[in-house]
Amino acid sequence: MAEIRNYTMNFGPQHPAAHGVLRLVLELDGETIVRADPHVGLLHRGTEKLAESKPYNQSIGYMDRLDYVSMMCNEHAYVRAIERLLGIEAPVRAQYIRTLFDETTRILNHLMWLGSNALDLGAMTLFLYAFREREELMDCYEAVSGARLHATYYRPGGVYRDLPERMPQYHESPWTKGADLKRRNEWRQGSMLDFFDAFCEDFPKRVDEYETLLTDNRIWKQRTVNIGVVPPEMALRMGMSGPMLRGSGIAWDLRKKQPYAAYDKVDFDIPVGVNGDCYDRYLVRVEEMRQSCRIMKQCVDWLRSNAGDVMVRNFKVAPPSRVEMKDDMEALIHHFKLFTEGYATPAGEVYCAVEAPKGEFGAYIISDGANKPFRVKLRAPGFSHLSAMDEIVRGHMLPDVVAVIGTLDIVFGEIDR
Amino acid sequence: MTPEAPASLIEQLKAHFGEAIESAREALGQYTIEVSPDRLLEVAKSLRDERTFRFQQLIDLCGVDYLGYGQDEWETDAVTDEGFSRGVTGLGPGRFAWDNRPRPAGIPNRYAVVVHLLSIEHNLRLRLRCFAADDALPVVPSLVEIWGAANWFEREAFDLFGIVFEGHPDLRRILTDYGFVGHPFRKDFPLTGNVEVRYDPDKGRVVYEPVSIEPRVGVPRVVREDSRWLQAQNEAAGKAN
Repeated sequence: MAEIRNYTMNFGPQHPAAHGVLRLVLELDGETIVRADPHVGLLHRGTEKLAESKPYNQSIGYMDRLDYVSMMCNEHAYVRAIERLLGIEAPVRAQYIRTLFDETTRILNHLMWLGSNALDLGAMTLFLYAFREREELMDCYEAVSGARLHATYYRPGGVYRDLPERMPQYHESPWTKGADLKRRNEWRQGSMLDFFDAFCEDFPKRVDEYETLLTDNRIWKQRTVNIGVVPPEMALRMGMSGPMLRGSGIAWDLRKKQPYAAYDKVDFDIPVGVNGDCYDRYLVRVEEMRQSCRIMKQCVDWLRSNAGDVMVRNFKVAPPSRVEMKDDMEALIHHFKLFTEGYATPAGEVYCAVEAPKGEFGAYIISDGANKPFRVKLRAPGFSHLSAMDEIVRGHMLPDVVAVIGTLDIVFGEIDR
Repeated sequence: MTPEAPASLIEQLKAHFGEAIESAREALGQYTIEVSPDRLLEVAKSLRDERTFRFQQLIDLCGVDYLGYGQDEWETDAVTDEGFSRGVTGLGPGRFAWDNRPRPAGIPNRYAVVVHLLSIEHNLRLRLRCFAADDALPVVPSLVEIWGAANWFEREAFDLFGIVFEGHPDLRRILTDYGFVGHPFRKDFPLTGNVEVRYDPDKGRVVYEPVSIEPRVGVPRVVREDSRWLQAQNEAAGKAN
């Protein structure tokens, strides 16, 4: 009789369902996975080492490029770590703006996840729907920071600038015209807060649309129910966080347990799964989008009625205004020193984490008193999630690997750093 | 970050472990203990299992290279008879290429492994630091048996710092390229790296060549004693007492 041997197969690094540059070496017995060995690092840029060679503020832009679908949350962790080292705190209005944009980012991330995961498992329509809403939110990114993805909007001591008075509108062009132009500009007649209001009013209906497509869909359930089950004990052991942990029934959310920014002042619920399978994590993420929308609404209401500074008035950390700079020698010197040398932080070490859409994103900074960090370590949630991949997919069938990669919500910008 | 942490965690740790931990302190509201490599496993196990601690999650593990800690590249306090220092010398990783990298030896406590633990039950975080004894071959016991999450984090620290984790089941490189030479996050590894790749149309494949970029530092490293931070620290210390 012929000898039957296991078959080793390469999945990626160029595979649309590998969500980036994942090379997955799979050992198969027929169509059953015996072993999965993810090879990561194909996107390693040495972000942490680069950050060690630059003044603190110059690395904020690198944070956007880590998890490039939840940009501002990464900035938030890094900026908060610096603020903690310096012993400064952002003004309340900046805290609310950060909360607002963290939740915007969460929706952006979950939409991307939902769309691409559904596409991987064979549902094309949702991808187009998700990108429609992402478009609106990326316009908000652009309106506050000038960039649609890599915002560099959060700074130590607050945010770069206050929300714009007027939401930018679309101009007539060969691509946007007539009724389409009118529809697009309908929400954009007032301020940015009005735009957010209109969005939050509309968004829950959109989520209902997504749910009609998936939640009771027979094929979707066949692909996700009881696939990639993560027992709570394993979730803890493998250092999982975010929806991966909550999908397994552990109610742990840093926004509630170790609140930062304005999360202790807004009202929201934490969805928790029961079985810890792909379907439960899908439900958790969908509910998180609804909750994010709720938080955004509360932030918008607060921001509407409370004006104030969005940056500390400490010119060693934050730049003075252009007017002051042109008028005042001291301010000019501060501006020059800040943008050349930066600021030195007191010696010490600090770890600050935020509840990023994918889980706990943390920044660990060791300072030796210089204007550049001595060591920066960025704790990416996807790194621990992917390390559990082997354990999760063992015994599953080959097509389930795609479902599991999808449910882990991995992005290689943050895993490879 | 840990808002209502009991002030007694440090005392609890000291009482429970005694001389097994080298030091325990609180700074910026975060708790740090230092453990020697030979006691690490025993301490880690009780941190996970004891009812008072229950640090069930290993959130992060990373290597640190303390070479050059506290050294600046620009003398800003005093003027010599040649004028102010220009801030163009120093030994930071951006200042040298692979061939003329410094070869420091015999620095005590150069490499450390820093572990961040989280207790979901008590809503507490703890930082654990373990200095490797030998600077030439840093060895630290592996925590994989205690927290499964340590597996990849230890591979990463091995890859980037060359710290060897004794008892790790599969200590391979993880982030760097296949066939990479050196440990890139060490402070004596140049920022520019040592090789660059390009596609050679003649050979019809990708070739590796010595790196062609010149090392360059835009902003020198400056340590400034800012009186405001000192003041803030003193005030915080005064409040604590």
